[in-house]
Amino acid sequence: MNQEIFERVQKVIVEQLGVDENAVVPEASFTDDFNADSLDLVELVMAFEQEFDVSISEEEAERVRTVADAVRMLTEKVQADE
Amino acid sequence: MRRRVVITGLGLITPLGQGKDALWEGLTLPRRVVGPITRFDATGYSTRIAAEVKDFDPTQFMERKDARRASRFIQFAIGATHLALQDAQLAITDANREQVGVLIGSGIGGIDYMDTQVRLLDRHGPDRVSPFLPAMMISDMASGMVSIQFGVKGPNLCAVTACSTGADAIGLATRLIQYGDAEVMLAGGSEAAIEPIGIAGFCAARAMSTRNDDPEHASRPFDAERDGFVMGEGAGVLVLESLEHAQARGARIYAEVLGYGMTADAYHITQPDPEGDGALRAMRKAIHDAGLQPTDIDYINAHGTSTRYNDAKETLAIKRLLGEDAYRVPVSSTKSVTGHLLGAAGAVEAAICVLALQHQTIPPTINYEHPDPECDLDYVPNQARPATLRTVMTNSFGFGGHNSVLVLGQV
Repeated sequence: MNQEIFERVQKVIVEQLGVDENAVVPEASFTDDFNADSLDLVELVMAFEQEFDVSISEEEAERVRTVADAVRMLTEKVQADE
Repeated sequence: MRRRVVITGLGLITPLGQGKDALWEGLTLPRRVVGPITRFDATGYSTRIAAEVKDFDPTQFMERKDARRASRFIQFAIGATHLALQDAQLAITDANREQVGVLIGSGIGGIDYMDTQVRLLDRHGPDRVSPFLPAMMISDMASGMVSIQFGVKGPNLCAVTACSTGADAIGLATRLIQYGDAEVMLAGGSEAAIEPIGIAGFCAARAMSTRNDDPEHASRPFDAERDGFVMGEGAGVLVLESLEHAQARGARIYAEVLGYGMTADAYHITQPDPEGDGALRAMRKAIHDAGLQPTDIDYINAHGTSTRYNDAKETLAIKRLLGEDAYRVPVSSTKSVTGHLLGAAGAVEAAICVLALQHQTIPPTINYEHPDPECDLDYVPNQARPATLRTVMTNSFGFGGHNSVLVLGQV
């Protein structure tokens, strides 16, 4: 797992969902562990798009259920851009 | 025989601070809280002053995540509800939550959200617009989020009548209790419109004072040199209960809602009726609803916005209501101290009337220096005044020609 991307993802999640930084571990689920509702998830994905300057489709967003999923997807996108 | 409705809790977030004590102390000292706008850079705006709520921390009242997604008027409403329930010493439990309703209005709603989201739309396109925008811009969401935060499941709705909103919320909530739809109502108004688009619109309408070089003296209701209102922000929420419910739980009872009257001018979108007709009929209806005579009113908390038209026409309406007796009844505008809280004003001013009854003191109209021949009543100039108060009345009038009046009295 790319540590730099993980830390940026962590920062976005803490800001958007108001959770404790230590709770943002790779296996944590947005809905089950962070209590995120559908509106939270839409906004979270928008915040990822902004932070990493990438575009995330609805299908891609639906596959993101855990912190690790987000880090993996964003790592792929950032590397594809480079 | 209709059910009696009493006031048992006051929750206030105003430019004078948090809670009823900060409000009352600020009114009676008086404090001067109108100053330069700090919420955004107001350079280039014809009005650059307001009565802002300073140092408000929404996380004092709600989770960080909820606070972040809530627009400012909703944060104020939740804060004021907390303070009101605390003041009423009313705990929400499984035994009462279905009997408790919410009617908290807002004249403008979530204009802060609207302002920032339209900018995002323009700059970055529709994909950057927040999914929370629809929920956070609509005026009923203060009532909605209060019900969710406090778990109260009775009637839940919103009044939107511009600057009459707060008074209508209390009047209509009173009707709901009288009719038996609820035992307790959390009622009031909340407003947070000191935002670029909010200020720009009222500037263009030429409704606000442009005394930018002397903000402390800009809100001067009934004074000959008044030149418009000063925008305030904040929220007032009152705990209303059926008398039986309040007595059964041994609540401290502040006052009773005796009467409510509402009318329309059917004249102009922003200007009052030239003869004060709508205001006069609303006052008559409220006093009639209370089963009283005009001369029973010991104090009138005026709408008194500090605009040329309002103050002259409200004075005319009061003189038509009371005739020669008008010169004996003290009338004051507390907007001289708080600024004009728009949709929250009626609720905050109802709370001020409750405090006036409790302290047997009339809060003054400050900045009153130059008599206006059109405004020749006793406006309680500049200094609080001890008085025997049994029955008081508060006026609220709004763009659209709404007139709403509440009569409150000692129990």
